[in-house]
Amino acid sequence: MITQSAILRFLTKRALLSLATLAILSIVVFLGGQLLPGDVGRAVLGPLADARAVAVFNHQVGADRPLVIQYWDWISHFLAGDMGTSFTFRAPVAPFIGEALVNSLKLAGLAFVLVVPLGIAGGVWAAMHVGRLGDRGLVLLGQSLGVVPEFISSIVLILIFGVWLRWLPMSADWPEGAGPLTQLRYLILPSLPLVLVFFGYVARVARVGTIEALDADYTRTAILKGLSTGQVMRRHVLRNALLPTITVVASLLGYLAGGLVVIETLFHYRGIGALIYAAARAKDFPMLEAGVLTVGAVYALASVLADLLSAALNPRLRTIGA
Amino acid sequence: MSAGIAPVSLARERLNVALRSSTLIAGLAILTFWIVCALLGARIAPQDPYADNLLATLAPPSPAHWFGTDQLGRDILSRVIVGARDILIVAPLATLLGTVLGTCLGLCIGYLRGALDDVVSRVIEAVQALPLVIVALMALAAVGTSNTTVVLVIGFVFTPLIARTVRAAVLVESDLDYVAAAQLRGDGALAIMFIEILPNVLPIAVVEMTVRLGYAIFFVASLSFIGFGIQPPSADWGIAIAENYSLIGSYWWTVLFDAGATASLVIGVNLVTDGMSSVFET
Amino acid sequence: MSAAPAASLERPDALRIEHLDVVYRIGVRELRVLSDLCLTIRRGESYGLVGESGCGKSTAAFAAIRYLARNGRVSGGRILVDGRDLMALSPGELRRLRTQSVSMVYQDPARALNPSLRIGRQMAEVFEAAEGLGPAASLERAAQMLSRVQIAGPERVLKSYPHELSGGMQQRVIIAMALSTNPALLILDEPTTGLDATVEAEVLELIGRLHAEFDNSILFISHNLPVVARMCDRVGVLYAGELVEEGPAASVFREPRHPYTVGLMRCIPAFGRRKNHGRLSTIPGFLPAPGSVVGRCVFEGRCGNATERCAREAPPLVDLGGRLARCFYPERAQDLPRQSETPAPPATSAPAGTSAPPGTSAPPGTPARPLLRTRNLSKTYQVSGKSFQAVHQVAIDLDAGETLGLVGESGSGKSSLAKLLLGLSVPDGGSEIEFAGEALPARAHDRTPAQLKALQIVFQNPGSALNRSQTVRRLIGRSLRRAGLFGRARETRLRELAASVRLTPRHLDEKPRQLSGGLKQRVGIARAFAGAPGVVVCDEPTSALDVSVQSAILNLLVELQNEQHVSYVFISHDLNVVHYVSDRIAVLYLGRLLEIGPSESVFSGPHHPYTEALLSAIPSLEDAAVKRIRLTGELPNALNLPSGCVFHTRCPRKLGEICERQEPPLHPAGEGHAIRCHIPAAELGQRSSSRVSDRSS
Repeated sequence: MITQSAILRFLTKRALLSLATLAILSIVVFLGGQLLPGDVGRAVLGPLADARAVAVFNHQVGADRPLVIQYWDWISHFLAGDMGTSFTFRAPVAPFIGEALVNSLKLAGLAFVLVVPLGIAGGVWAAMHVGRLGDRGLVLLGQSLGVVPEFISSIVLILIFGVWLRWLPMSADWPEGAGPLTQLRYLILPSLPLVLVFFGYVARVARVGTIEALDADYTRTAILKGLSTGQVMRRHVLRNALLPTITVVASLLGYLAGGLVVIETLFHYRGIGALIYAAARAKDFPMLEAGVLTVGAVYALASVLADLLSAALNPRLRTIGA
Repeated sequence: MSAGIAPVSLARERLNVALRSSTLIAGLAILTFWIVCALLGARIAPQDPYADNLLATLAPPSPAHWFGTDQLGRDILSRVIVGARDILIVAPLATLLGTVLGTCLGLCIGYLRGALDDVVSRVIEAVQALPLVIVALMALAAVGTSNTTVVLVIGFVFTPLIARTVRAAVLVESDLDYVAAAQLRGDGALAIMFIEILPNVLPIAVVEMTVRLGYAIFFVASLSFIGFGIQPPSADWGIAIAENYSLIGSYWWTVLFDAGATASLVIGVNLVTDGMSSVFET
Repeated sequence: MSAAPAASLERPDALRIEHLDVVYRIGVRELRVLSDLCLTIRRGESYGLVGESGCGKSTAAFAAIRYLARNGRVSGGRILVDGRDLMALSPGELRRLRTQSVSMVYQDPARALNPSLRIGRQMAEVFEAAEGLGPAASLERAAQMLSRVQIAGPERVLKSYPHELSGGMQQRVIIAMALSTNPALLILDEPTTGLDATVEAEVLELIGRLHAEFDNSILFISHNLPVVARMCDRVGVLYAGELVEEGPAASVFREPRHPYTVGLMRCIPAFGRRKNHGRLSTIPGFLPAPGSVVGRCVFEGRCGNATERCAREAPPLVDLGGRLARCFYPERAQDLPRQSETPAPPATSAPAGTSAPPGTSAPPGTPARPLLRTRNLSKTYQVSGKSFQAVHQVAIDLDAGETLGLVGESGSGKSSLAKLLLGLSVPDGGSEIEFAGEALPARAHDRTPAQLKALQIVFQNPGSALNRSQTVRRLIGRSLRRAGLFGRARETRLRELAASVRLTPRHLDEKPRQLSGGLKQRVGIARAFAGAPGVVVCDEPTSALDVSVQSAILNLLVELQNEQHVSYVFISHDLNVVHYVSDRIAVLYLGRLLEIGPSESVFSGPHHPYTEALLSAIPSLEDAAVKRIRLTGELPNALNLPSGCVFHTRCPRKLGEICERQEPPLHPAGEGHAIRCHIPAAELGQRSSSRVSDRSS
């Protein structure tokens, strides 16, 4: 039987796995930032800078120390909350990241709240009409919308809603002290491209999960017991169909939070995507690395939550791996 | 069970399905159009895409210029046609690189498993946590941007994703008895991976490649838009949009047609992907 | 089984199928899967529908509950369930019918239950839907039903999830659910296929008992004739979508009147029959593609009695007084000439380039040392901190040209043992495997090419055993390459091998998906024999095949053994097949060897109590009166083995405390026969020798 300790063990295991993943991620990010450019100083100051200036720079930022020490220094500070000093602003990185993250989460949250129910409803509906026109149409529509780059759909939406119809503001740069409703109004337009891109993805996963559940033997048993369609769907099909969707949706949250680079840039929104982009342009490596690692951490957290939710809904998972 | 269960060869059946798939045909039509544009470029453009004409800047669409002109008076239709070239070189190359590397990696970790699989899978999971644009940004910020580096970066970024899909398929195959039979006759790991297993996972790799191609175009376009992809002075659509974006309020034609071209290309690739997966499902 | 009760005048027949046609749409064509099926099941009667794969029996079952696949439809005829026309019902009426009048139990109980809901919830649903009871009352009724299907501790089961129960328990739960509303008709579609022999016997007994208690009608669908003989009053035989014979079960099986039924019965190895009594009969030819036979007898292409008339006219169902047969010459059915395939051309002696496995060149009869020997063979897995002993200290000997049958139910370790022998799995330290006097490296990776050639395998599932992207030529050819053959010599040997397994040259260029199950298995056998092996492990080689194909494959294996003096380790759960093929038999339980000895001795006794129970569980066509030995309790959890003798928790002959304290050693019990039991051999059970049938079929 399922015991408290089994659940606890499962959670601990998942949490440890996530930490391990984050650790690896931090190494990858760090190496990316330190190794790829070759010489950090050279990369920042440019090919024409004086060799001595480069050496001084490297010494100032500690890039001439052994890699392992640099990494340790960086990660230990990061965990304590000190994300290093920005090359561009010559100020601590952490506050920038904090504010940007909150902004991105707002935008991501709105998109999430819109796309998940729509996507799931669409996928389930398509599965119930599988093979017929509605299903094929939905799948194609979702896929087509999914591959159009956000900046393209953003532009089209801006043209329609911002320029021609003038219903919504064209940039998400709301005035200081704006209330939640005003912020919402500014956030709708930037969230739409995200919704379009991810609708297809969520709908596809929900569709596949529902089809599998509909074809399963236990659904057949339920139908042959004489239950009504509604009862069969609610009690038997959806529970099992939506399990894989949850994991996917969680990864969505992580992606949303970070993949906003293009959107945030287009709409002049001060989110973490825009921050990372600016840092990349300016070769501000501390900012860049901190931003990327933060995004990774958000994703890791989201997937742990997803696993928790899955375990709550799927009894088999609680005993396996415990 | 009856003999002659499937009297027709698999290849023939797949061809039949392919010919009847409207999505596949529509997608191929779109792709072919743009490939022709990319290949023939300036030769089929109605006007010189690089010729400035400062007397007719920002002219709206008209019989003389179907798509209007841009800030420097250049004919947008011609530029749209020529702009197909770079993206149709960079994106497929990157995809091919990623597919080849990813398939090999997926085969190795899926078949050999053990410590190799554990480590590599963890790394893949870790890297997956990041949106591709961000990873590409970091890498390109570090190594500098050029068509070559974009191909390499996107190719390497795709490798773990494709490896993951291939690995899943290889795991399924490895459990089948024919792999055990090969081990029992003394086939080495390389032979088993590439001679026994690969032909059976190839369809999956091919479908995955077409899916990735769509995303590759997506990313190259996005990266070009934010300045980290194809570099000016190319007539690439992403660059054109970035250059003219601030004019969107009054001069919508400078942006819309490039956007439409990009959208049509990715949708075309997507239709091909859709068609291919139904072909390989048989 | 009780005699069929007279049809009640008040209550309509439970099931009445009249001239039913069912078609499936594949692509653009429509294939006729059932033709003109007529079938009546009276109240309280049990009717068995038998046939091989592709005959349409499952389709008939699903049609009777109006649950055909999306691409299937009823194209003609009527179905009346409990007197009501099935096709004329509205969706609401159909649901009510499914709740109250008809229930279905099918194969694979694990998948029939919703993995996310507790058992109690799933069972209560039935009562809620049928009688409108509230949750508490429904659960109570559910608990009552569980007791009726002999589940001890129903409350605990109600709170469990499906994956926490064993296969046998799951099937009981499903049966309980099906009978909850006392339906007029209970449909059982291969309900015990896939369950262990002892579990199967229990489930069948349960069904029989419930049938008497509840007085509902049963439609029992199976490919397993002895099971149907045991469970059913009447039986119908389906072939290629047509009913070819029908009648009281006892009479049909004793004296079949259709050549197909005759052929089918002859294919089954009779209890006690052994390979040295002669080859098994087969049914030549192949099942026709659905819808391809029009205007003539559907069996004509394979019938030894067929005349010109059979090729021109389709015979109607002839009434033979209480029995039906679709044949022009039912009286001649019993005289059907016995078909066994002609022996294959003998393979030439091992060609240059392959060396004959050492130790096999000695002619039979000379006391050679054993070809394959294991000592202390063990395999232990670590599962979340606990040890799981898949195989424990198994010692077997195998001589050249001999067949050792390995028998055991799920969890016995027979598949693990096979993998250990082949080197696909690494045994624990201290395990010894010797081949031809030399120690064999544990991993296949470390073995020499000669050793690899010498120990080969034929897999259970021909579909997964062949690489679907390769042609037959390549499949066998690659093994020949490894055996050291190239170019012309390889091509010659390839053709020889193909001929020896009865494959035509045309087959060589086909891919597995174009071959039937039987043909694929022949390819697998050819591949195993490519390097002239000394030992071939046959892992359930015929379990996935139809009965008529099975006999042909068994004949082939025996033939190859006689010609090439090869040894087999033959694993199967089907005891009759094992008895037919094996010289010696080893019985495994929870990874331990409980008994090993010559086939005859193991079968007739004295034998281990577990063997005794296994043998009594086999449904047999000959004697329905064998007293089944019931094993108490469930298979112990492999992670928590009983102390002392692993079998003592279920042993009907348990002596006492000694069985709990001490694991018995293998005691000798006759020539080459050893039994692991504290009870002396003389006091162990024996099957009376009259059981061993000397039917020459």
